[in-house]
This record gives sequence, C-alpha cells and structure tokens, in this order.
Amino acid sequence: MPATLPRLDIAVENVSVTYNNARLALYNATCTVEPGTITALVGPNGSGKSTLFKSIMGFLRPSQGQVRVGGLPVPKAQKQQLMAYVPQSDEVDWNFPVSVFDVVMMGRYGYMNLLRMPRAKDRRLVMESLERVGMVQFRDRQIGELSGGQKKRAFLARALAQAGKVILLDEPFTGVDVKTEKGIVDLLLQLRDEGHTILVSTHDLASIATFCDRTILLNRTILAEGNTQETFTKENLELTFGGLPMVSLEHMLPSAEVSS
Amino acid sequence: MSAVIAALPGWDWIVEPLQYGFLVRAIWVSAFVGLVCAVLSCYITLKGWSLMGDAISHAVVPGVVIAYALNIPFAIGAFVFGFGATVAIGYIKSRTRLKEDAVIGIVFTGFFAFGLVLVTKIPSNIDLFHILFGNVLGISQPDIIQTLIAGVITLVVILVRRKDLLLFCFDPNHAKAIGLRTPVMYYTLLLVLALTIVAALQTAGIILVISMLVTPGSIGYLLSDRFDHMLIISVVSSVFSCVMGTYLSYHFDVSTGGSIVVLLTLLFVMAMIFAPKYGILAQEFRQRSPQPLEEDSQKQQVVVDQA
Repeated sequence: MPATLPRLDIAVENVSVTYNNARLALYNATCTVEPGTITALVGPNGSGKSTLFKSIMGFLRPSQGQVRVGGLPVPKAQKQQLMAYVPQSDEVDWNFPVSVFDVVMMGRYGYMNLLRMPRAKDRRLVMESLERVGMVQFRDRQIGELSGGQKKRAFLARALAQAGKVILLDEPFTGVDVKTEKGIVDLLLQLRDEGHTILVSTHDLASIATFCDRTILLNRTILAEGNTQETFTKENLELTFGGLPMVSLEHMLPSAEVSS
Repeated sequence: MSAVIAALPGWDWIVEPLQYGFLVRAIWVSAFVGLVCAVLSCYITLKGWSLMGDAISHAVVPGVVIAYALNIPFAIGAFVFGFGATVAIGYIKSRTRLKEDAVIGIVFTGFFAFGLVLVTKIPSNIDLFHILFGNVLGISQPDIIQTLIAGVITLVVILVRRKDLLLFCFDPNHAKAIGLRTPVMYYTLLLVLALTIVAALQTAGIILVISMLVTPGSIGYLLSDRFDHMLIISVVSSVFSCVMGTYLSYHFDVSTGGSIVVLLTLLFVMAMIFAPKYGILAQEFRQRSPQPLEEDSQKQQVVVDQA
C-alpha cells in the first residue's frame, strides 16, 4: 500500500449558490478541508450541505466564489482522477440493469481509452476494491438486489477503484445498520492513514466525534470549522441546528427565506 | 428436401410475398429500422427520454416539407429540424424557469404546427399521411439510402460510445466526477435520437416511431436485469415485429406501420403480464407468498485488510 500519497486539500472560497427560483442556498461559504483528514460537514436538512457538496464536485456552478482541490480548479482535478464521489442512496436509480461489478468498473472509466475497454489492471483493481469492502460474492448482483449497507459498499468500492485522493461521501450512514457503519468507518480511517482526504456530509451527530478529525458546521453559510473537539461545542451546535439569531440572518442573507 | 419444406403449413404464406421486389425491400428496410430503433430504445427508456423522442419526431415535419420544396434529401431537412428542436428545448429550459415537460410540449407542437402550415401552403407531392404514419411499401431507392446512412451512423456511434452513454444514463454525476464531458454525451444521445427518427420516418412515420423507440427497450427492461440481455431481447422483439408486421400488412391489406406497432405492443403486454421477475403475475405471486428478506448484512462485515 502506498503509505505516502501526495495529500490534497479542498479550499472553498466565498462560494454562494443561488438556484433558479432565486432561493439563496449557500451564502459566502469559505472553508478548508485539511489534507489527510476525515472532515465532517454537518448541518440540518436544507442547510446547503448538498449544495456545497455539489459545488465542490462541480455538479453545479456557484454564482460566486471558487473551489480548488490540491490547488487545482475542480475540472482539472477531476480529469486527473483526484476526486471520487459516493452519492446519496436516493440519487441512484436502483432499478438500472447494471451489476455491482459494472458499477465498480465505472470507477475506472477515466483511466481507459475512448472505447472504455478494461485492461487487466482495471479488472484487478475492481476485484481488489470489491474485496476491500467485502462485496466480492455479490459482484454479479443487480444493484437493486442489495441491502442498504451493501449498496453503500458497492459505491464505496467504485470510489476505491477510481483511486481518487479526495473522497466525498454524501450521507453515507443513512439506511445502514450499526455494523456496516462501523465497517465503513474503519475503512475510512484506513484510507485517511494512507493519505486520502475525506469529506463526509452527515446530519447524524452521534458518530462524528468517534472518527472525524475535523468538523465544519453549516447552515446556509459556514458557522464554525476546526478540530472536532473544539468545534463540537454546545453553542456551535445550537447555532447550527437551532437557527441563527435573527439579526445576523437579516444581515447575511438579504434575499433568503430561512426555515427555522 | 425442398418438397418437404414447401409442404409445411405456412410456407406459402412466407414465401409467396417474396416474389414482389417492393415487399422484399419493405421487409428488410423495416427490419433494419427495427434493429436501429431497438438498440437506441434501450438507452432512451433507461434515460427517461421518451417525451424527447416524441418531440423530435414531431419537430421534423417542417424540415421534411422544406427539404422537398428545395429538392434536397428529406433526411437532411428532417435532421436539421429534429436536432434543432432539441437545441431550442435545451436553450429555453436553461433561460427560463419553466420545467422541461412544458418546454418540450411548447417546442414540439410549435414545430409541428409550422410543418402543417407549410404542407398546406407549399405546393408539393408530399402526402401528409405518409409522414404521419409511414409508407414503407412505397419506399423509393433514394429514401432507402438515406435510411441506411442515418441508421448506420447511429449504430456506429452507439457501438463506439456505448459505455459512456450507459454511464451517462445511469449516473451523470459520476461521469462528471471522473472528468468526462457530459454535455458531449447529452448531445451525442440527442444526435443519434434525431438520426434514428429520420431513419424510421419512412417505415413508421412520426407518430408510430415513438412506439419503436420506447416499446422494445421496455420489453427488454421488464425481462432482464442485465443491459446486454435487455439489448438482445429488445432487438429480437423489434426485428420480429417489423418483419411479421410487414407480412401481416401484406396478407391482410392493412397499414404496415400500424401492424408493426400492434405486434410490438402485444409483445409488450405479454412481457408485462408474464415476465418471470417483474411481470404482474410474478409480482402478485411473490406478494402472496412472502419470502423472508435475505438479511446478510448481519453476517457480512466490511473486510478490513491490514496492509
């Protein structure tokens, strides 16, 4: 195993996102995901977590601000296969006629020629990734025939096969039993020790302190960031989940409707 | 030997029409169109673009009329307007707050209506009925060539880009995340969709082509969990329907496009009811005898290798 990968950070600078319906989803977000850490992105539903995630992954174009990964603009980082993404379960069409193996192989497409013909190395890496998440015996299953935890692991294997140095996981623990959650956490800790930078979005507070080095608290904008112990204070959490004080809200979000 | 075969019931039924050149031509052209449509239909049904197919097929009408008026191949006019409609749809959707279905509805009926106006105003020998419902029995040599060109381009593009297109249908976000250009895939799929509709114009007509673009893929989707199986089932059912439909239209003197689509639809109904896993009967049966859900997540753990 490569013990020392070049470690990459994610730098989010002044990112604002306004959707078509003029709703401001994210306002002036600036934060840094330190290289070689597991960082939790925490906020209530509708706080702009997914929006920030999509901005980092380049799925949507912020109306203002920029994101850099390892100093590179996101499209460039993606072309170099630096960024892997594990989607939320409800973003996946589970009825799609693909097998677990097919899905994991999609992680290798960026390395293949135009025809996407897998080489021996691609197959080997796919099998290794499947092995690492314990999904080898399910490789020929259609993805809809998996349990919640298996589904997560299949997509995690795709990220492993892609060998991205930055891994983003969107709500990885929803619909997953405790045992699988622990398995995923162990794997993430290992990946961190190998030098990956990992960003996990979650609204499940209980598990964060057990494995996340750093935490970013978010509700329409970045409210706090830092080491998990220092950031995870009662005041910060109240600020994030209890709604912002009205004064600062009106100051910061002139056109946003804020759900309390 | 040949005497034995000739004695089989139905042999005449199959062989007798083959003495007519126009019918032989109709059979292989419609089989070819069935093949092209079936291949594309797997992608269209998985992507959920049936309505887009509907839009393109209606939008080609003014193109066909203008092409005849200018005396250029109908395929060129049809393609320009069909593909142009999708570009218009994409543009309007990105610049307004309208939802996609509304934009599609506005654009394709607008194009279609424009075509109707042209047909009634520009003097030509275009039979609107043939545009709407196809006329494979009367297909001319130049029309066959245009159909072949459009169809072959479609097949080659899909063959070369099949993995990317499937990824684009399944998970466009992942495609973006690994640095692939999703707008290119979007327009590639639209392009082959427009080409396929152009290829099918003479056989099925713009109304019935939707069935040929949606039904074969749906049959495959109901019958299989694997894309390559879905593709084979789709092609077989589509080509079968096209060949048999042409025979039936000859023997019973009914509309060719109509009988092809009726056959396809019958196959679909059978698949819908009797499909071994996703058929209505199978699902009914499963609900009555509930099997315990396999819960292997208890036994299974993420294997953590200590490397």
